[in-house]
Amino acid sequence: MEHLSTQQFLSDELSDMGDDVGPGPGARRWLPRFLRRGKGPRPVKAQIHLSHRRDRFSVKDLFAEAAHGIGARPGRLLLTILGTVLGIGSVVVTVGLAQTAAGQISAQFDAVAATQVVVEPDTTGNSWSGNARPKTKLPWDSPERVIRLNGVERAGLIAAVNTTGATVTAVPVNDPSASASIGPAVLATSGGLLDAVRGEVVTGRYFDDGHSERADRVAVLGERAAEKLGISRVESQPSIFIGEDSYTVIGIVNAMERRPDMLDAVILPMGTAQADFGLTRPDELQIQIATGAGPLVKEQAPVALDPNGPENFKVKAPPAGSELRENVQADINAIFLALGGVALLVGGLGIANVTLLSVMERRGEIGLRRALGATRRNIAWQFVVESVVIGLLGGLIGASIGVFVVVGVSIMKDWTAILDIKMALGAAAMGGVIGLLAGLYPAMKAAAIEPITALRGGI
Amino acid sequence: MTLTDEAHLPAPVRHPVVELAGLTRTFPGPPEVNALTGANLVVNPGDYLSIIGPSGSGKSTLLHILGLLDRPTSGEYLLDGLPTGKASEYDRSALRGGRIGFVFQSFHLLPTRTVLDNVLLATLYSGVPRAERTKRAKDALERVGLGHRLTFTPATLSGGERQRVAIARAVVASPKLLLADEPTGNLDTKNSAGIMDLFDELHRDGLTLIVITHDLAVSARATRRVRITDGELAEVD
Repeated sequence: MEHLSTQQFLSDELSDMGDDVGPGPGARRWLPRFLRRGKGPRPVKAQIHLSHRRDRFSVKDLFAEAAHGIGARPGRLLLTILGTVLGIGSVVVTVGLAQTAAGQISAQFDAVAATQVVVEPDTTGNSWSGNARPKTKLPWDSPERVIRLNGVERAGLIAAVNTTGATVTAVPVNDPSASASIGPAVLATSGGLLDAVRGEVVTGRYFDDGHSERADRVAVLGERAAEKLGISRVESQPSIFIGEDSYTVIGIVNAMERRPDMLDAVILPMGTAQADFGLTRPDELQIQIATGAGPLVKEQAPVALDPNGPENFKVKAPPAGSELRENVQADINAIFLALGGVALLVGGLGIANVTLLSVMERRGEIGLRRALGATRRNIAWQFVVESVVIGLLGGLIGASIGVFVVVGVSIMKDWTAILDIKMALGAAAMGGVIGLLAGLYPAMKAAAIEPITALRGGI
Repeated sequence: MTLTDEAHLPAPVRHPVVELAGLTRTFPGPPEVNALTGANLVVNPGDYLSIIGPSGSGKSTLLHILGLLDRPTSGEYLLDGLPTGKASEYDRSALRGGRIGFVFQSFHLLPTRTVLDNVLLATLYSGVPRAERTKRAKDALERVGLGHRLTFTPATLSGGERQRVAIARAVVASPKLLLADEPTGNLDTKNSAGIMDLFDELHRDGLTLIVITHDLAVSARATRRVRITDGELAEVD
């Protein structure tokens, strides 16, 4: 064995190798820049790194290499992102449909229930056992009292009339052999009730407070009650009989969205019912309010009805819009969290599996890159970026599919699609986060691969 | 760096490209294997060295240490005058990228990338300025006679052409040292001769080459021959 001396040589010119090769290691002009980065003067560091740092595997190179890695196997890419696509897609569909459906519910709510308040006297005792007694009595002038409140648009009283066995008939026939028939119910209302329950006059007119004050023997029929009694026109002033007494039918009503039972009833003016049947108290006060006035009217109406005992009234008012939304929002958040977790697991495990497989398959490539000068960190970053991009891709595709499904279902069901765009974008971004988490372990594995063993196998 | 700047700089100091001093590599674990024992070697710029030896003689271990893919157990390895034995993994990666070009027996080309991309790969990690990368890759391919195959994938090339691509990749970053591991092991005689001719050309251009082989015909082309037997190096005349 001989030691070959350093001095032997010195003839060959380095510059023969081309102008790419710079002068000797001591001659780096940008050397001070490197020194400032380090802890002290470390010329060796500067000699080792022959070039500007930005030219050595920059972010741009990283993304270009990652893109090639992803694009190399399109079929596998499709399988890899499938889990994420399904997971993210299902999140977007579920949340989107929940939001859309919630929008439909509140739209129906708005039309009828959200603008209606019902006031009844509170009861004592147990209504199940039949000994319930009302605590107080609605005043006869309740509509006038509440109409002055802000947010109240229309109001009307309603009461069931006890006819003490007298049935309602169109013709007074006394036929002892006929089986006892149950006629339509008899109700009494104030003049303004029709509007308050959103009823419509089909023919004739509704009675007014004048009829009530004079206790006129007039009646209005609900549409189905009129049909049963065989009355369809009121021009000829047809009469009906309650027991022996005749009442002139002045109108027929339908709709009655808040009290559909009134369609089957004979409706008398309040004053007439008091005079003829001894009606002692109204049952309930129907109030139509402006949208959103529910909480206000709920608070003020009992005071207006009885300043001394407002607590004796039971008020059914719609909740404020924000409360409704909060409830729906809470449901959605719970669903979102649960589904998000499942998507994270399914998509993440899929990506982690395939990326790990791909790391093992690409050992040769990793070894080659290391031999060409890649650091462990370069390798790790490449796989992390690949995984993040795959996750992001899955998230974007999943979110897009989800949006299309929500829109498609909404079109089929004639709904208005409601979808928070931030939620859709967030779901897509969540795909990227899944990719990041799933890629960390495979990337560490890739970085730990020794180039020697990796190069042995070939690519 | 401009010419004016260069005038102010001290004259470059000449180092041997490779200097091994008492280099030992031991693989632990029963039975302990001494793959290299106290190896000394100096390779100067412009040398064309071949390392020959039977299988199991420590050829691969020497190649891995020369290529900074493995660390010596003891002794020092100076690459281009820089100590590498205790250098951090990060520094060793930078040294590999900037100073060493590898040519492997099985080519190691990425099958899904074009010939040009495969050559460009070496410029990513070695710090070739971005603006020069494509031009230098094309020049390197031109130099190995494959300027007309830039957009081909390796699968469509013959074995000889693949090894030429690998050589272009090895020289594109202007390394100080070209390390070839059985470069003709997977090639027929005709293609082998072509590759050896190419090595001769590179050598004439001033590149320092170390070729590890068991093929005497290949080793005969080198200007210096080192035989490795049971972990010991000996220069052959």
